[in-house]
Amino acid sequence: MSHSQASDKLMVELRDLNKWYGEFHVLKNINLEVKQGEKIVICGPSGSGKSTMIRCINHLEEHQKGDIVVSGIPLNEDIKNIEAIRKEVGMVFQHFNLFPHLTVLENCVLAPIWVKKMPRKEAEAQAMELLERVKIPDQALKYPGQLSGGQQQRVAIARSLCMNPDVMLFDEPTSALDPEMIKEVLDVMIELATEGMTMLCVTHEMGFAKTVADRVIFMDGGQIVEENEPHEFFNNPQHERTQLFLSQILQH
Amino acid sequence: MSSDISNSGHNPEGGPAKPKAPPQNKPKFWNDPKKRSLLFQVLLLSALGFVFYSIIDNTLTNLEQRGITTGFDFLTEEAGFGIAMSLVPYTEASSYGMTFIVGLMNTILIALMGIFAATILGFLLGVARLSDNWLISKASTIYIETFRNIPLLLQIFFWYYAVLRTLPHPRQSMEFFGTFLNNRGFIVPAPVAEDGFGLVLFGFFVALIGSWLISRWSKKRQELTGQQFPVFWVSLGLIVGIPLVLFMLSGMPLGLDHPELKGFNFKGGITVIPELIALWFALSIYTAAFIAETVRAGILAVSHGQTEAATALGMSKAKTLRFIVIPQALRVVIPPLTSQYLNLTKNSSLATAIGYPDLVNVFAGTTLNQTGQAIEVIAMTMAVYLTLSLLTSTFMNWYNSRIQLTER
Repeated sequence: MSHSQASDKLMVELRDLNKWYGEFHVLKNINLEVKQGEKIVICGPSGSGKSTMIRCINHLEEHQKGDIVVSGIPLNEDIKNIEAIRKEVGMVFQHFNLFPHLTVLENCVLAPIWVKKMPRKEAEAQAMELLERVKIPDQALKYPGQLSGGQQQRVAIARSLCMNPDVMLFDEPTSALDPEMIKEVLDVMIELATEGMTMLCVTHEMGFAKTVADRVIFMDGGQIVEENEPHEFFNNPQHERTQLFLSQILQH
Repeated sequence: MSSDISNSGHNPEGGPAKPKAPPQNKPKFWNDPKKRSLLFQVLLLSALGFVFYSIIDNTLTNLEQRGITTGFDFLTEEAGFGIAMSLVPYTEASSYGMTFIVGLMNTILIALMGIFAATILGFLLGVARLSDNWLISKASTIYIETFRNIPLLLQIFFWYYAVLRTLPHPRQSMEFFGTFLNNRGFIVPAPVAEDGFGLVLFGFFVALIGSWLISRWSKKRQELTGQQFPVFWVSLGLIVGIPLVLFMLSGMPLGLDHPELKGFNFKGGITVIPELIALWFALSIYTAAFIAETVRAGILAVSHGQTEAATALGMSKAKTLRFIVIPQALRVVIPPLTSQYLNLTKNSSLATAIGYPDLVNVFAGTTLNQTGQAIEVIAMTMAVYLTLSLLTSTFMNWYNSRIQLTER
């Protein structure tokens, strides 16, 4: 299953990443390298730290120890670096987090206009193009509350893409969706993957992992327990914990 | 059997037919919910009508017996008493009608001043209480919890008796840059326009129009090229700068009527009476604490996911606040904010306690005492507060519906 479009350029590097919530050690010595164009699927039981890990990458969560480098920019105290990294990294949330007081189109052009200082015409043209790609250009002038969950999540993906990110983070993008809407969102994500986007996805959609992922990472208790390419990961899991997890989620 | 059907309905057990009520299509009218509620409404209305009739009839009879004339003729009579502060020309020879106008304007003045200050202070405190900075948030918390929990009347007394009345006499006034503070109030120089001041005013209006044009131009330019322009600072520069330059060029055509100590008090200048200052401080500080809580609740009502999404898109804290948080928070804040404005306006009637000449003090106080026209005076006063409150809430509801529309 080597459909990798990965080049050698490192997009995301996590070195000895550690994070605590007070006394609670959430992330323990995480080491991860993601090359340009690589697609990583991260799974694991709830509370294993998978969301926290990807949220550290764009500094939505602060880490206490270790280094994070995104697209060559070190993530440190410097607010300029943090801002620069956030411009390179797009994020899609479980609950979409669209801005309810703005139309779909306004949701998409707000950041390009005010952060990237793009002319409105250009931003709108680009937004319409991306809405076309996620197959909802006709909803551009509606408000998020008027759309279905699947449509909202596709808008959220388009909104992130409007910033032309190099890396996309997906934090359980289909967990809050009705079953019949999951496919329309996964289709968009698969299309994005085939176009060569670097992606880190926290998801339990194992079908998606098998078709798209270059590597699957299994986390438990704040640690990366197992890491392998999908075929091996699903057919020949090494660790007992991974075997248990897979038997739990695949038995249906 | 056929005779049974009409009388007692069916009898499944076949026993001796008991005389049951026949199946009714129409319930008795007191069992019909619609007619029953109509009946109660009619009863209530007639009771109310009777109460009002007897009150009015009773009053008219009593007034007649005591020889008090009803009507609003007293408004044209000479008042014969002085008022400490008036925004319109008023002397003891003015009519009672004028006392109404003076009181009304003083009430409106303190309400507007209070709403203005309380809103600014309240918004700052509300945001400050949510600050990441420990000191700022704790200071704001202490402020809110203190001033919200002390009775307003006490706070008015505090500012009036404990702070302003203990200031030195006019002869020992504290002086700051030509203004004087003493127990008779705050005395500032009065500006007197001289020849050429019109030019400065003209410059001010030109600057206003200029800033408006600039903001339009910058919006257009941003839509076309994406470049942003510091509209606020440039406009501020224009509005302050142009009049200032014209003012200098035309030889500073603004005289100041400086207050001077003559005998035991100051002559000239403008005196802001201590009652106004005390009432303004107390009302603003007290109401600001409530507004702060309202603002905090509004900001907290915007889900954390909104801030995170904006942050992840690379937006700065200030821009997140401006484009995402505040527009959504306002929808929650406006209705309770309206109540606070109404409260402030009505609370301003506590002015009576320290003798600030507001409507209640002047009109429902002195005028009422002198004329004895209790019903007319109280009715007019209540009508004023009712009207002011309804106007405020109409305006706020209009504003609220305007921002609500953006939801969907």
